[in-house]
Amino acid sequence: MNAIANLNLAQALPGAVRKLDPRELVRAPVLLVVEIGAVATTVLSVADPSTMGWIVTVWLWLTVLFGTLAESVAEGRGKAQAASLRALQQETVAHKVHGSFDQLRYTGNLAELPVDEVPSTALRAGDVVVVAAGDRIPGDGDVIEGVASVDESAVTGESAPVIRESGGDRSAVTGGTVVLSDRIVVRITSDPGRSFVDRMIALVEGSERQRTPNELALNVLLSSLTAIFVVVVGSLYFVADYSDAHQSLIVLTALLVCLIPTTIGALLSAIGIAGMDRLVRRNVLAMSGRAVEAAGDVDVLLLDKTGTITHGNRQAAELLPLTGVAQDELAQASLLSSLADETPEGRSIVALVDGFETGAERLPQPPGELVPFSATTRMSGIDTGNVSIRKGADSAVAKWVHSTGGHATDELDAIVERIGASGGTPLVVAERRGLQPARVLGVVHLKDIVKDGIRERFDEMRAMGIRTVMITGDNPRTAAAIAREAGVDDFLAEATPEDKMALIRREQEGGRMVAMCGDGTNDAPALAQADVGVAMNTGTTAAKEAGNMVDLDSDPTKLIDVVEIGKQLLITRGALTTFSVANDVAKYFAILPAMFVVAFPDLGVLNVMRLSSPESAIVSAVVFNALIIIALIPLSLRGVRYRPSSAAALLRRNLLIYGVGGLVAPFVGIKLLDLVISLIPGL
Amino acid sequence: MSDLAPALGQIAVLVAALAVAVPLLGRHLAHVYTSPRHLAVERTAYRLLRVDPDADQHWKTYTMSVLGFSLVSLLLLYLLGRVQEHLPLSLGYAALPADGAWNTAVSFVTNTNWQWYAGESTVGHLFQMSGLTVQNFVSAAVGMAVAAAFARGLARQLAGGRVGNFWSDLVRGVLRVLLPISVVSAVVLVAGGAIQNLMGTRTVETLAGGTQQVTGGPVASQEVIKQLGTNGGGFYNVNAAHPFENPTPLTDVLLIFLMLVIPFAMAWAFGLIVRDRRQGIAVLSVMALLLGVAVTLLTWAEMAGVGRAPEAAGGAMEGKEVRFGEAASALFAAATTGTSTGAVNSMHDSLTAPGGGVAMFGMMLGEIAPGGVGSGLYGMLMLAIVTVFLCGLMVGRTPEYLGRKIGQREIVLVALYVLATPVLVLVGIAIAITAQDGLAGLQESGPHGLSEALYAVTSAANNNGSAFGGLTSGTPFWNTLLGLLMLLGRFVPMVLVLALAGRFASQRHSPPSAGTLPTHQPLFVALLSGVALVVVGLTYVPVLALGPIAESLS
Repeated sequence: MNAIANLNLAQALPGAVRKLDPRELVRAPVLLVVEIGAVATTVLSVADPSTMGWIVTVWLWLTVLFGTLAESVAEGRGKAQAASLRALQQETVAHKVHGSFDQLRYTGNLAELPVDEVPSTALRAGDVVVVAAGDRIPGDGDVIEGVASVDESAVTGESAPVIRESGGDRSAVTGGTVVLSDRIVVRITSDPGRSFVDRMIALVEGSERQRTPNELALNVLLSSLTAIFVVVVGSLYFVADYSDAHQSLIVLTALLVCLIPTTIGALLSAIGIAGMDRLVRRNVLAMSGRAVEAAGDVDVLLLDKTGTITHGNRQAAELLPLTGVAQDELAQASLLSSLADETPEGRSIVALVDGFETGAERLPQPPGELVPFSATTRMSGIDTGNVSIRKGADSAVAKWVHSTGGHATDELDAIVERIGASGGTPLVVAERRGLQPARVLGVVHLKDIVKDGIRERFDEMRAMGIRTVMITGDNPRTAAAIAREAGVDDFLAEATPEDKMALIRREQEGGRMVAMCGDGTNDAPALAQADVGVAMNTGTTAAKEAGNMVDLDSDPTKLIDVVEIGKQLLITRGALTTFSVANDVAKYFAILPAMFVVAFPDLGVLNVMRLSSPESAIVSAVVFNALIIIALIPLSLRGVRYRPSSAAALLRRNLLIYGVGGLVAPFVGIKLLDLVISLIPGL
Repeated sequence: MSDLAPALGQIAVLVAALAVAVPLLGRHLAHVYTSPRHLAVERTAYRLLRVDPDADQHWKTYTMSVLGFSLVSLLLLYLLGRVQEHLPLSLGYAALPADGAWNTAVSFVTNTNWQWYAGESTVGHLFQMSGLTVQNFVSAAVGMAVAAAFARGLARQLAGGRVGNFWSDLVRGVLRVLLPISVVSAVVLVAGGAIQNLMGTRTVETLAGGTQQVTGGPVASQEVIKQLGTNGGGFYNVNAAHPFENPTPLTDVLLIFLMLVIPFAMAWAFGLIVRDRRQGIAVLSVMALLLGVAVTLLTWAEMAGVGRAPEAAGGAMEGKEVRFGEAASALFAAATTGTSTGAVNSMHDSLTAPGGGVAMFGMMLGEIAPGGVGSGLYGMLMLAIVTVFLCGLMVGRTPEYLGRKIGQREIVLVALYVLATPVLVLVGIAIAITAQDGLAGLQESGPHGLSEALYAVTSAANNNGSAFGGLTSGTPFWNTLLGLLMLLGRFVPMVLVLALAGRFASQRHSPPSAGTLPTHQPLFVALLSGVALVVVGLTYVPVLALGPIAESLS
C-alpha cells in the first residue's frame, strides 16, 4: 500500500479525468469498451434504479478512471524533469557572427569577427555564434573554433565540467549549458523548437510518445480478445433468453467488463512510459520507444574495448626482474624512472611499486635530471649522479644498451615475447652506472586491466542468449588475449569504422539484431546501421544524430543496462497480459453461477468460492477487476523484477508468478471482497 | 474390470499402429510437398489443367488458386445435385432442392460433410461417386496444400511472399497420398466385410417377417476416403454405425486409424519441412495430449454411464451399436470430433451429457487435436503463435516462432483467425435459437435442445460435419445457415493462414539463441495445450454452461 501512496495520485487525477474523453480512449480500445459499458449502465440505472445497478455503474466508471490514472501517474513522473529542462530554454542573448557557416568556413579567427546581439530563439541551423566564459550556449551545435570547459550539469546531472573543443570527437555542445572558461565559436545545428533539450522534454513528458511496434501488436491482440468477449456476451443474451434465464443488461455489461483484459489494457501505456522513464533515470535518452524495444531483442553487442571492457589505459601489472637482479632493485629503478612520467602508464608504475617495500624513499622531487620521452629515442628516464636509468620499448632500450657496449640477453627476449603473447606491452628497464656498459634490469609488464565484474556481466549476457563482440584497434594477438580474459565471445581486432560497419551488416543479414555504442563522427554510419546505437553525449553531433539513444554519462558499459531495461519492459507487458487473461477463469466461476443459478439451481455447484449471493458475486468480481488495476500500477511503473537468465528459466519463473498467480489471486480476492460486499444492505 | 481390458486394448493397438505409420507417412508427406520432381501422370494432369507446376506462387496467387478451384467445385457439385434425376445411376431419386444442393455442395467442398439428407435414400451412385467421393479427395488435398504452404512459408526466408504451387500440391496430395492409401485400405475394408458394388435398393424380408429396403453401392471406396480425408460424409445415413460401412470392431479400429493418421503425420512432416524435427514432435505432442484427454473423459463418461437415463438403464448403450459397445463408440466419437471428420459409429445425441460436452469441446478447440487433414496443423500452429505471443513476451523479447518475429501485421492475421470461428459459432447459435425456423428444427427443449443447435453450428463452422441428431436440419433455414457457416468457417481461416504464410516467407529468419523462447520443450507443449484450453474455454463456457454443463449437473 505504501507503494501506491507514493504515486502522487492526487496530482495525477486531473489528467486522468481529462483522459476520459472517448476521443482519447480510442487508443485504448479495452478501456473504451468499459467506458461505453459504464455509460450504458448509467442510463439503465437512471431509468430503473437499483442498488446493484448503481454500485456496478460506479465501479465501471472507476475502472476506466483507474486506467487513465495509471497513464497519468506514469506521465507525471516525467513532468518534474521536464520543468527543470524547460529552465534551460529561457531566452538568452546570442553573439552571432555575420554570415552563415558556409560563408565563414574558410575564414580564420572567427572569434574576432564582429557580432550581432540576437535573441537565442532567432538562431537557425548554420548560424555561427561566439560564446565566452559565463555565457549560456544559445543552441545545439558543434564547436568550430577554440576549446572551453562547459558545465553540462543541467542536462546530464554530472557536476564536473567537461571539455569541449573544435575538431575531434568532443565538439558537440548542447543549448542551455554554460561555458565556464575560455571562448568558443559554435556552429548552430538545430532550428528553434527542435533542439536536443526540446526532444528530451517531449520524451520525458511522454507528450510525443508514439506507440511502439510491440505495444501496437499487443493492442491488436487485446482488441481481438475484447471483440471475442463482446460476441460471447452478446450471444449469451440470446442463449440465456432461450434457456429462460433472462439476464439484465447491467449483469451482462458487468460480465463483459470482467472478461475483457482490462488489467493489461489499462496499464499498457503506463508500462511503456515507465520503461522510457527508467532509461531517462539512468541518464539514457531514447529517441524512440522502438529503440527501447529493440534493445530487448538484441542478439549481438558490439563493445569498444577501451572504456567498456578495460579501464582506458594500460597499467603496470607486474615487475619481472632478470636473473641476478633483485626485485627491489628493479622496483626502485622503475620508480625513479617513472617519477617524472606523467602518462597514465608512468603513474601506474608508481602506484604498483608503492605497493612494494622498496628502499627508495618517497621523494618530493626527482633526485636528478629527468629525461623526458621523445619520439626519436622512444625512452624516458632519469640521470642521478652517475647512474642513468632508462625505460622504454625493448628495441629502443636494447639499442641504448648496445650503444654503451652492453648486450641484451636471450632471457630478456623470452620475457618480452611472453608478455607480447599474453596481450600485454613489455617496458624494458635498464641502468648504467658510471661508464660501465648498461645492463638490463628487467621488464615492467603493462597490460590492459579488465574491469572488475565485467566477466560476470558477459556470462549473464551469454545466459540471455546475447553474443558479445569486442571491438579494438589492437593487433589480433593482443585482442585475443584480452578477449579471453574478459570472457567476450568474439573480437574484432585492428578494427576500422568500415570493418565495424561490415560486421554489423553481416550479423544483420544473419537475422540478428545488433547494438553498439560510439562517439566519433566516423562511428556515425555504424551507429545508424545498428538496431540499437547508443551515442555518447561527449561525442560529435553527427554521432548523436545517427544513434537512436544518447547516454548523457557517456559510459559505454551502459549498453548492457539498456538491453536489460528493454527486456524488462517486454517482460512486464507479457507478465501483466498473462495475469490479466488468467484472471478470467476465476471471474467465470464467480459470475456464471450467479447469473444462472436461478434458472438452473444445479449450476450452484460451480460457485466454488461459496459467494453469498448472486448480486454480491457479480459486484465482487467487478470491484476486484477495478482494484487490481490500482494494485498493479506500482508494478507496471517499476517493471517486473528481472534477473538475467536463459529464456527457459525466465519463462518458468514468470509463468509461475503471473500465470499461476493470475489464476489463484482473483479466487482469494473476490472471496474477500464478497465477505465485505455482502454486508451492503439492499444488495 | 473386464470391460476395461478391450477398451485399453483397442487404444493400445491404435497407438502402436500410429507410432509406426506417422513417422513414415510424415517423411513421405514432407517429400511430397517439397520435392521438385514430377511424376509422368502428374505432368499429364498439369497439361490437362493447363497450369505450370513449377511456378512458385505468391501467396495471393496461391490463395486465388485455392478459392478459384473451390468455387468451381462448388458450382459443379451444386449443378450435379440439381440435375440428379436426369443422370445415370441416379436410382430414380429426384433432384435436390436448391437449399439442399447448396448445403451439400458447400459441405463437401469445405471438407465438412454435413449431411442434411439420408444418403441411401436421397442421392444416387453417380452423385456419390463423381460428386461426393471426388470432393472427399480434393477437398482434403486442398486442406493439406494450405498446411504445406504454411509450413513452407515458415521454412523460407526473404522469398518475397512466395509459398509454392497450389496445383502441384493439390495433384500430388491426391495422387501420391490419398489415392494409394485409399486403394489399399478399401481392399482391407472389403476383406473385413464392407460392401463394394453398384446395386440399387432391394427389398428383403426380415427374420421378423417385415420387409426392409437394403441399398447396395460403392461403399468401401467412399468409406476409406471419408475417413482418411477427415471428411465424414457417410454412404448411409447412420454413417459408420451401418454394418455395410463398418462391419466389425476390427474395421472400426481401421477407420479410426485412417482418421488420425494424416493429421498426425502432417505435424511430423511440418517438423521436417521447417528442418527441425523437434518442432513437429512438439506440435504432435500437443495434439496427442488433447486427444488423449478427450478419449479418457469420453470413455469414462460413456462407460460409467453418467446421467439419469443411463443410470436408470444400467448403461449408456442408447444410440450405440452393440458390436462396438461403449468404449469403441467413445473412442470413435473423440477421434471424429478431434479430427474434423464427423463420421460417427454411434449417435452423438445419445452420448451421456458430459460425453456430448467433450465431443462438442473437441470441435470448439478448432479441430486441432489432431484436426482435419491440413487444417488441424495450421489451426494448431496459429494457436502456437498466440501462445508465443502471450508468453513469449515474458522472456523479454519480441515474440517469435521458428525465428519469425510476430509483429503487428502478423498478429492481426492471427487474431482474425482466432476470432473467425468463435464469432461464426456464437452468432450462428444466437440466430438459430432466436429465429422461429431455427427453433422448429430442434427436437428437444431446454439444455438438450440448446446442445443440439450448438452442436450443429459448431460442427458446421469448424468443418466437422458430425451431427448430434435430434435436429431436423433439412429445412431451408438450417441448410442456408449451416451452409454459410461451413463456407466462411473454411475459407476465411484459409485466406488468413495463407496471408500469414506469405508474411513469414518474406521475413528474414533470426537464428535461435538461449534468449529465445524454446518451442520444442515440454514446457511449451504444456503451455500450448493450456492456452488452447483456456482460450477456447473462455469463449464457449457460457453457452456450454447452459447446454451440456447444465444438463450434466441435473
